Amino acid sequence: MTDYLTFLWRVWRLSWQGGWKFYVWMIFLSVLVLVGLNAWARQFVEGLATTGMTDQVSWGAYIANFTFLVGVAAAAVMLVIPAYIYKKEHMHEVVLFGELMAIAAIVMCLLFVTVDLGHPDRFHHMIPPFGIFNFPGSILSWDVIVLNGYLLLNLHIAGYMLYCRYRGKAPTRKFYIPFVFLSIAWAVSIHTVTAFLYVGLAGRAYWHHPLVPARFLASAFVAGPALMILTFQVIRRVMRYYIGDKPIFTLRMIMTVAMLINMFLLGSELFTEFYSPTQHAAAAHYLYFGLHGHDGLVPWIWTAIALDVIGLLFLVTPLSRHIVGLNIACVTCFVGIWIEKGMGLIIPGFVPSPLGQFVEYLPTLNETLICLGVWAVGALMLSWMLHVAIPIMNGSLRADPHAPAPALNH
Amino acid sequence: MTEHSSNNVSPKTIEQVYQPMTRRTFLKGSAGAMVGLAGLVAALKPLLALEKGEISLDDLLQRHYRQLSPADLQRIMTQLEDKCAAEYGVRPTLQDLKPLEGVQFAYALNLTRCIGCRKCAHACLAENNQSRAGEDDISMSYIRVLEMQKGAINLETSTVYYDPETVPQKDKYYMPVQCHQCQESPCTKVCPVQATWQEKDGVVVVDYNWCIGCRYCMAACPYDARRFNYQKPTLKPEAINPNQNYLSNRIRPKGVVEKCTFCLQRTRAGKYPACLEVCPTGARVFGNVLDPDSEINYILNHKRVYILKEEVGTLPRFYYFFDA
Repeated sequence: MTDYLTFLWRVWRLSWQGGWKFYVWMIFLSVLVLVGLNAWARQFVEGLATTGMTDQVSWGAYIANFTFLVGVAAAAVMLVIPAYIYKKEHMHEVVLFGELMAIAAIVMCLLFVTVDLGHPDRFHHMIPPFGIFNFPGSILSWDVIVLNGYLLLNLHIAGYMLYCRYRGKAPTRKFYIPFVFLSIAWAVSIHTVTAFLYVGLAGRAYWHHPLVPARFLASAFVAGPALMILTFQVIRRVMRYYIGDKPIFTLRMIMTVAMLINMFLLGSELFTEFYSPTQHAAAAHYLYFGLHGHDGLVPWIWTAIALDVIGLLFLVTPLSRHIVGLNIACVTCFVGIWIEKGMGLIIPGFVPSPLGQFVEYLPTLNETLICLGVWAVGALMLSWMLHVAIPIMNGSLRADPHAPAPALNH
Repeated sequence: MTEHSSNNVSPKTIEQVYQPMTRRTFLKGSAGAMVGLAGLVAALKPLLALEKGEISLDDLLQRHYRQLSPADLQRIMTQLEDKCAAEYGVRPTLQDLKPLEGVQFAYALNLTRCIGCRKCAHACLAENNQSRAGEDDISMSYIRVLEMQKGAINLETSTVYYDPETVPQKDKYYMPVQCHQCQESPCTKVCPVQATWQEKDGVVVVDYNWCIGCRYCMAACPYDARRFNYQKPTLKPEAINPNQNYLSNRIRPKGVVEKCTFCLQRTRAGKYPACLEVCPTGARVFGNVLDPDSEINYILNHKRVYILKEEVGTLPRFYYFFDA
């Protein structure tokens, strides 16, 4: 127990140790967090009228970002599967970083849901025994369970592995292997349940579509690995941890396959909507071409498609064998999918409204600042977790500093 | 292992982690903490504008409507009356009318007769204390009147923003839409906290003191029947209906969803809904379907009845019909 407290104390001390670049970065993010918090305080006082949402478009940027980030969190599984099921040694070097990213992503998800609430002070109504759970009827209740469960799983796995590493002891298999395998199924469940939030609504033809969960997973397994590839390069550049090209190129392969599936599913969706256009295709018409003089989403979706296509071209050709080409693919895919799942999926579910009204949506400045603040919280958390995890991983922070340092990876 | 000049955790900094904290580090840390705290306070400054009593411990601890004892509910209702008097300048009489035994409400609307005058939408506002920016602001009314092109029942070519000199227009017909009080109600199914449910008489209600404002029910509703209080309701004292009910027309707090309750503050007391009473053409029929002699039963059994979005499977208690 005292060992563990010492560990926490040292982690705490380490959190505040770093070069000036570290301080500049962390202060920059903290300022963004405070700006977001300030915007949220304003929203809390004045109500959600500070957002661009309306009775017709009752979900906006918050839920869009939430949906996207559930995918990023689920994508950690794309490191876990090669590492633990296919026993790829080189993936074991990085699997922890995927789990840390998942933790940061889930925290962002929970924050995005919280800022979307009209009554955040009643948050406890969702948590038994203080509240009442509408289980199993409400998919949102399922989502609360799977998201928090996934958070706990990753906290346990990452925390346990790091603590073992810190103490220089091999982790006991029974304390983590079952959880690792559970987390694989669980990762799939979080994005599936999140897709079911929308798919389950028969009154919204644009969402009520069996391809949505599959597309959610496919696009998540592009956006998540894209972010990981970029993060790994930052780690190996600015931190004392070696990450070879092998994990990065394994992720490239995963991204390529997932992107091909995503584009195939997109094609199937477009064919269904446009070959025999029914009234149910109105939302797709509005999204891609505009309808009855309303075309607010058209530039968004074509930007997303262009980015997706550019990313895919880089991925399937030798262009992405070079790290610069791969980075371009990562950025374009990440942004493309972020738009696709936000402005391209959440908003058209509401336009036209079930009664055929066209009310368009654009986030307000205050709403955008809150989104920025939540993203900054995630970046801050991930930076901090990497900052303390890497000295543990490379053996410079250990229980007994006088013992010989454990063998580094490679 | 690559060595890099911008390593941010060098062996030297790690060394400090093992050492006891120095006075210098402590002072530096405290100064940093003060700056951080100041930033936090500055960021949270807008919270000072919260009205007194807007968030109270009582509110935070209040249970769900169905878990409240009659005494608790009475106490809460008195508090709400005080609050309304203080904030809106009118003291309402707040009641909690229960569903009547042997009653299931149903509503039918004669599309042949409706002329699109929107009197129902206005009467709804006068009865149910919805927020409004001015006299003509009917956006929070529970009734949306659609102007439809003759020749089809096509919602997509309808509009709610019609504004001709006179109604009805020749090539148009009109379809008011409000909550259908569905028997298979998607809105109550999706609510994560059971803040909305169907009562024994078929009316779908909301506990405004329990709703967390996630608006999932609004996404689920195929009839666009729910309204959200994006801000604190604005109501002039003379616009307030003081005859209020806990689960229906009391003034809502900010950040919760509200909806049509078939005017249960009236209908559970034996009156007709406000929208029916005001209708100049007699297009609206309301009653108890369990009563075999009721007019609503006659209509449902004898007229050409149309159910809006029947394919969604919600089994509405709201019907449209046509005269022969």
